[in-house]
Amino acid sequence: MGLPGSGLAKGLAITLRTMTRRSVTAHYPDVQPELPARSRGVIGLFEENCTVCMLCARECPDWCIYIDSHKETVPATTSGGRDRSRNVLDRFAIDFSLCMYCGICIEVCPFDALFWSPEFEYAETDIHELTHEREKLREWMWTVPEPPPLDPAAEEPKEVGSARKAADKLAVQLAEQLEQEQLEQEHGEAAEAADPGTPGAGTPGPAADSGAAEPPTTDRPEKPERPDRSEPSDRSDRPGPPEDRRQGREGEA
Amino acid sequence: MEFFDVAWRLLVVMLAFLVLPLLVGQAEHKVMAHMQGRVGPMHAGGFHGWAQLVADGVKFAQKEDIVPAAADRRVFQLAPAVALVPYLIVLIAIPVAPNGVVGQVVDAGIFFVLAVLGVGVLGQVMGGWASANKYSLLGGMRTAAQLMAYELPLLLAAASVVMASGTLSLPGILDVWQWWWLPWQLVGAFVFFVAGVAELHRPPFDAPLAPEEIIFGPLTEYGGLRFAFFMLSEYAGIVVISALTSVLFLGGWHGPFADQLGWLWMLLKTAALCFLVIWMRVAWPRLRADQIQRFAWTCLVPLALAQIALTGVVKVVFL
Repeated sequence: MGLPGSGLAKGLAITLRTMTRRSVTAHYPDVQPELPARSRGVIGLFEENCTVCMLCARECPDWCIYIDSHKETVPATTSGGRDRSRNVLDRFAIDFSLCMYCGICIEVCPFDALFWSPEFEYAETDIHELTHEREKLREWMWTVPEPPPLDPAAEEPKEVGSARKAADKLAVQLAEQLEQEQLEQEHGEAAEAADPGTPGAGTPGPAADSGAAEPPTTDRPEKPERPDRSEPSDRSDRPGPPEDRRQGREGEA
Repeated sequence: MEFFDVAWRLLVVMLAFLVLPLLVGQAEHKVMAHMQGRVGPMHAGGFHGWAQLVADGVKFAQKEDIVPAAADRRVFQLAPAVALVPYLIVLIAIPVAPNGVVGQVVDAGIFFVLAVLGVGVLGQVMGGWASANKYSLLGGMRTAAQLMAYELPLLLAAASVVMASGTLSLPGILDVWQWWWLPWQLVGAFVFFVAGVAELHRPPFDAPLAPEEIIFGPLTEYGGLRFAFFMLSEYAGIVVISALTSVLFLGGWHGPFADQLGWLWMLLKTAALCFLVIWMRVAWPRLRADQIQRFAWTCLVPLALAQIALTGVVKVVFL
């Protein structure tokens, strides 16, 4: 507080400065909001992954997930084997008038069948319409965005690690097989050669080994078992309404 | 010819009375919004909500006309008209451009204008008394007290200009106006403008209305068209006070090419002062009723007297 009235002048200055700047109003219905990744708009169901384990329905604090299923028996594939039984999904519905968007169902799903989608414009005039049945939940899957990239120097995701392990194992197997074949070939061509396997047998194929270690690091998928990766996912058009998006995809297909 | 001339002038004044307050109201919507980092009305009328006040008017017109059971019916119904009409009458006497472009030349124009302006405030006092509501009564009392306090500096500041020009006629004052009157009458201009804003109960002098405290004071019981008339009178009042300040202290139509563009200068000066009124509303908090009284009696009245003394000294010594 200096001169008397300096506070009044400051008030005038601040308001005038604010007037010259851009307003912060979000022009929502005219301009779609830029939602952050992992926005909780609606829950999509990737029903191909669902095994009807009921974990989501049981963990839901609001009891807003409805699942019906029946068992089917799959005949044994080998003679003398045992028939297998399998759960078949009849109904999967989420009542979004009860849902509190806690995301526990998505957390708890062991088979990655539930996903958050940022779509939020599904208000209805009839509350019953807010119960999204399985077809609708499946449609929401098309709007699930690709997960955002990891932070730099972040810990490697578990699934990538396990995928690499599997790939390494496979590569070693492959290399050994190759070597075996090579050895057999050399044996067949020059049976009189005294010690055939020296280059490969001492170290189990350095060239093959390096080649095997390469694939998981270079062209490994970020999340190999993410089901929607098979879909061409471009995040730029994410906020568009699901109908447009679906039509676009059908057009592509 | 005489009849058509008068009718034409009255028509133009009426048009200005209907259009200018709405422009100020719309400007307030938008300016206030942008000063607060918002955008204000955007939809009514399509382009940046230009028809928002028209829409408001339609809404007001649809509302039921309610008079409280305990109210003094006649006074209650008459109050909005008493608040609104004086500003229309004042507009008639305000010169817009040189060579008699004015609704009606009134010889004692300044007396006429200030007397009629005082009547406008009476409308709110009537509303406050007739509403049979304690908040309205409180607001009405505050209005009356504010009218008493600020009428004096308003008159004194206007008297200073009259002394300087030696005429009571508004066009006459502008005819003798010189640019150096600006610094000469600067204090008077401040007093007149502030006292005028206070008489309109515009923030920061809106203790009589104080929506958060006594729920709009005299206007508490009003709704529909009558409330709209009160609102319109507030914005008409802004136009009138700004126009009067620019006529008395800022030289009205004086400016480059005054013969052709006089009306433009007048409008620009008025618009700038209207902007100032809006700006003060956004930037400053409300004064308490006692602060309003103290500001009038210990600040504005002495300043106005000092301005009169200065005017007298300069007039006697230098002119």
